Amino acid sequence: MNYLMRRLAAFPLVLLGVSILVFVAIRMVPGDSITAMLGTEAGLLTPAQRDALAAYFGIDQPWFVQYWRWIGGILHGNFGISVTYGRPVLDVILERFPLTLELAVLSMVIALAVGMPAGIFAATHNEKPSDLGVRVVAMIGQSTPSFVLGLLIIYTLSAGFGVLPAMGEFAPLWQDPLRNLSQLILPAVTLGFAFAASVTRISRSAMLDVLSDDYVRTARSKGASARSVIWRHALPNALIPVVTLSGIEFGYLLGGAVIVEQIYALPGLGRMVLDAIQQRDYALVQGSVLFVAFNFMIVNLLVDLAYVALDPRIRLGEQ
Amino acid sequence: MRVLRAIFGHGSGRIGGVIVGVYVIIAILGLLGLTPHNPITQYRIDRLHAPDSAYWMGTDLFGRDVASRLMAGIGQSFTVAFFSVAVATLAGTVLGLAAAWLGRRWDGVVMRIMDVLLAFPAILLALLIVTVAGPGTWTSVVAIGIVYTPIFTRVVRGPALSLKAREFVDAARTFGSSSSYIVTRHLLLNLVAPLTVQVTLALAWALLTEAGLSFLGLGTQPPAASLGLMLSDSRNLMETAPWLMIFPGLTIMVSILGFNLLGDALRDILDPRMRRAPA
Repeated sequence: MNYLMRRLAAFPLVLLGVSILVFVAIRMVPGDSITAMLGTEAGLLTPAQRDALAAYFGIDQPWFVQYWRWIGGILHGNFGISVTYGRPVLDVILERFPLTLELAVLSMVIALAVGMPAGIFAATHNEKPSDLGVRVVAMIGQSTPSFVLGLLIIYTLSAGFGVLPAMGEFAPLWQDPLRNLSQLILPAVTLGFAFAASVTRISRSAMLDVLSDDYVRTARSKGASARSVIWRHALPNALIPVVTLSGIEFGYLLGGAVIVEQIYALPGLGRMVLDAIQQRDYALVQGSVLFVAFNFMIVNLLVDLAYVALDPRIRLGEQ
Repeated sequence: MRVLRAIFGHGSGRIGGVIVGVYVIIAILGLLGLTPHNPITQYRIDRLHAPDSAYWMGTDLFGRDVASRLMAGIGQSFTVAFFSVAVATLAGTVLGLAAAWLGRRWDGVVMRIMDVLLAFPAILLALLIVTVAGPGTWTSVVAIGIVYTPIFTRVVRGPALSLKAREFVDAARTFGSSSSYIVTRHLLLNLVAPLTVQVTLALAWALLTEAGLSFLGLGTQPPAASLGLMLSDSRNLMETAPWLMIFPGLTIMVSILGFNLLGDALRDILDPRMRRAPA
């Protein structure tokens, strides 16, 4: 409990750091957001109109006033107005987030469903040709960048089968589940492949470690079946590294998969941040980076708490 | 020498070592301009020429030789990867050693700053830095270097803390060794093994991040060649000229594979605790 309190107490400090970093960084991008927003039309604005727009978005004030207002607003649930969308930042983020979340969950499901059985299989067939096969595939998977795999998938589909991945207007899960799945399955496979490879490798090595432990040998010598030894005795203890890895990967995926979203033309969080940075949409960049960092920290905390659930001997916060 | 021999005695180390060696040679040739054709010369008559004996990997939309551009691109990518990992290793080692050795407030401040950097998804942080400084090779070096600094800081700080508490460090202090002597001789030398493993694996990530940045148009700028950019440009032509996608894709993949294999082998060799447990 103490540990949880201390971890939660560190949240505001880290988020404060993130907020300062992103606030300063985005203001160092050359050019101003009004010109970026209006393009050549910005030249048609009279100085008075430009000032009025700047005042509307709050970017006419000195930086410390802007920062103070921004932080004060966040404490009241107001993340500011996006210059590009002309709407509250939080609304824009929450509109994009379900896709990113769904993509992250799907990729993780694929990764665990493929990676864990493959890793366990390899561990129980250690040093046999089938183990070598799994390891080679996992090594290749881990070395395949998502953008290479994504393009290969699209190419294979279009050249081999004459079909293209479902693109076009994105259908949210609750409106059209089938269309939604058909749009997200290939991006999820693209992201899940390398993820599955990492899960395979880590579950194999964790399983091998555990299988050589005394208690597993004892269980075996007492006549426990191979299945029971693996599933009841070894697997729960081999899960900790798998949980760590999956948690970290999942946390990163929640930040948006910029490149995969770009390849499959998906309106996710990653592409939104990329566009916002290029548009110098201060409020949107600041808000979304803070949002992503917060999610990442929550996921990390959940991973730590999962250790305790998996292994009651672990007491968090002790050296 | 002993490590080299061990690498070549290790199955995946041998393959990884050969792959990395071949890439380094190609990178040097690419950087020196020793390519079959000039990588930016446009042979307009031979646009989108399929691979043959004149153009081993075909030509692109502008009639530029893909093989030569790949060689130049490997040179470019490796330059970014090596320098950015050098930046991260240097900064991370200095910060990690300082945090561990000075302890207390220094440790707290350094590690909280690293927490802030780690709370950013790597590619977003790199994107932000590149947009601030303007895209280009050296910006990529700095961006990727900063992104990976916290990882090196952690890799150094943990073991450095436990080394600091060891008896030989106390003994060195008793004999009157200066702090800088203890930190460089006793701490740093003992950290060479974990750092070597980390550097090799970080090179794989750096190659991946560099390719990702240039894929998004934020890395090396055209007409200079870069693997990510070549791959990105291939998207609209993948049906008419699949070689434009396949060769750069395979090139990136195999280079990352090489560093991963080498990193795995080094971990087995340098850290006996990580050796595979017998079943």
